[in-house]
Amino acid sequence: MTDTPPPTVHLHSDGEQVTLVLGGSWRLDQRLPRLLRAERLLAQVPAATRLRFDTAALTGWDSGLVTFVAGLEQLCRTRGIACDVDGLPAGLRKLLELARSLPQTGRGGHAMQPAPSFLTRLGGDALDLIQSTGEIMEFFGEGTLAFRRFLLGRARFKHSDLWLIMQEAGADALPIVGLVSFLVGMILGYIGDQQLAEFGAQIYVADLVGLATVIQMGALVTAIVLAGRTGAAFAARIGTMQVNEEIDALRTLGISPMEFLVLPRMLALIAMTPLLAIYADLLGILGGAFVGTVVGGITLSAYLTQTQLAIGWNHIIQGLIAATVYGAIVAASGCLRGMQCGRSAAAVGEATTSAVVTAIVFIVIAAAVLTIIFDAVGLS
Amino acid sequence: MSDAEHEAGVASAPVHIRLEGISLGYGETLVQRDLTFDIHRGDVFVIMGGSGCGKSTVMRCVTGLLAPWSGRVLLGGESLWQLSAARRNTLMRRNGVMYQSGALWSSMTLEENICLPLEQYTRLAPEQMRAIAEYKLALVGLAGYGDHYPAEISGGMRKRVGVARAMALDPEILFFDEPSAGLDPLSARRLDELILELRDSLGTTMVVITHELDSIFTIADDAVFLDADSKTMLATGNPHALRDHSPVAQVRAFLTRGEADIDAVA
Repeated sequence: MTDTPPPTVHLHSDGEQVTLVLGGSWRLDQRLPRLLRAERLLAQVPAATRLRFDTAALTGWDSGLVTFVAGLEQLCRTRGIACDVDGLPAGLRKLLELARSLPQTGRGGHAMQPAPSFLTRLGGDALDLIQSTGEIMEFFGEGTLAFRRFLLGRARFKHSDLWLIMQEAGADALPIVGLVSFLVGMILGYIGDQQLAEFGAQIYVADLVGLATVIQMGALVTAIVLAGRTGAAFAARIGTMQVNEEIDALRTLGISPMEFLVLPRMLALIAMTPLLAIYADLLGILGGAFVGTVVGGITLSAYLTQTQLAIGWNHIIQGLIAATVYGAIVAASGCLRGMQCGRSAAAVGEATTSAVVTAIVFIVIAAAVLTIIFDAVGLS
Repeated sequence: MSDAEHEAGVASAPVHIRLEGISLGYGETLVQRDLTFDIHRGDVFVIMGGSGCGKSTVMRCVTGLLAPWSGRVLLGGESLWQLSAARRNTLMRRNGVMYQSGALWSSMTLEENICLPLEQYTRLAPEQMRAIAEYKLALVGLAGYGDHYPAEISGGMRKRVGVARAMALDPEILFFDEPSAGLDPLSARRLDELILELRDSLGTTMVVITHELDSIFTIADDAVFLDADSKTMLATGNPHALRDHSPVAQVRAFLTRGEADIDAVA
């Protein structure tokens, strides 16, 4: 940047009349004097009744000076000093006048509100809860109707969308689901091996890993990976569509976003999660077998035979039912949060976070409830 | 301001932006080719043409967002696309751009939107920045709205805040992408007046993309007409003169809403 003289401000007092001498370059790229400075200068001349400007030494100015003078005018008004702007450059006077004379849009009802009290917040939260419960009910109501129309073959959505979502949520998730399941199987195997080795009952590692994986862990791991991977993507996608008014565009065309967007996602996850869970079960058992053979010294065939003996159809059915429920939960929370999304970039972020959190919380609750139900009906 | 004054201004002012043989496009698709024209300092320059002719693309090239396929963009004599990235950044900072829908950052209040460029590029104290933000908001008729978020105001207001943010650093060149699109006639008129007032007070060079005839005849000192079919410019000059004397029938048709041989429209 070229050498420019820094902005200066001085005060010449002549009894009641004071002159503010402005010099140098009053541009935004300079370190501009603060209004406080002028206030102090003025305070030294309590008798002043009239303020004039001398800008002979001014080499340049922009909004920096305009806002300074605007602030000064306000200061003069509170102190009862007449502010005579004739000494300022004509362009600057015009800009000052412009901001003052332009009709300003009347302010809406939005004012800086004081921080709400505890009771206000409690009440507000309760009302929010009621509203969001209503929204969730509406979502499930509409969802059920959409599903009914699907069963009657009347739902309107693109079948290519369904296949694409199934591929994205299912096949594309194989590597990550496989890796996580294998590692979880290994972890279970290690813990089991350490404990069972004390009794010399290492062969039962196969029972422990096999049952835990097939009944619960395979489905749970799959669901949590899907919540982070697919549920978040659903919320972000639908939320962005909400921001771009794409959802409104569907509605005005008489296409229910519930059928067009939510239904294929629900169907895709309900179909794909059990399949992924079976795959996760296999990889989990392999993880356990890896530990059992390498650390526990059991032969692979013995390990697999023991696993086969331990697992019954009732266990597999439990796991598949759980996986289906989890898949529905992940799809529903992703779509619900996306549909509830506000109309800003920040809202999309919140919707995504909230979709993952909602999904995981409800998956864990469902896991607990299902365990009790399976026990009650004698599946376990 | 009369036409005679417009033309006198055009003749005397130095060149601020010069395009030399610019061709540009996206991927394999050519948008415009062989663009050569000058924009003079302190002028209101209008880039006009039908929808989809590449007006916004040309603006993206001049504002440093899209490299041209060939040709040079000279900003005050420096060739924008031959400079180092750092130097180009410095030049870009002297431009203010108002995007079509405002493009306000939705997670910040209006005041924070305007203060962000000030925080990044000046050494002002926080209260000075706030004073400038408040002043710029007053310039677009929105004094007192600083604590609102973009989602809380109407589309037209967002546009005006977009102008205020573009002006935050007192740019040498202000670009407006379709300023009057989506505004009611009165607001559009006020925005036109604001553009002229700011030019007169600050001497800012204004580059306006528009196809609103009222606006073109009110504000433009100089203009270029881009054509979508031949993918190049068909004419440059003052829109009044182009309407009355342009040898190109398409340009006359555009400027008279297709009634090419009627003399006075505006």
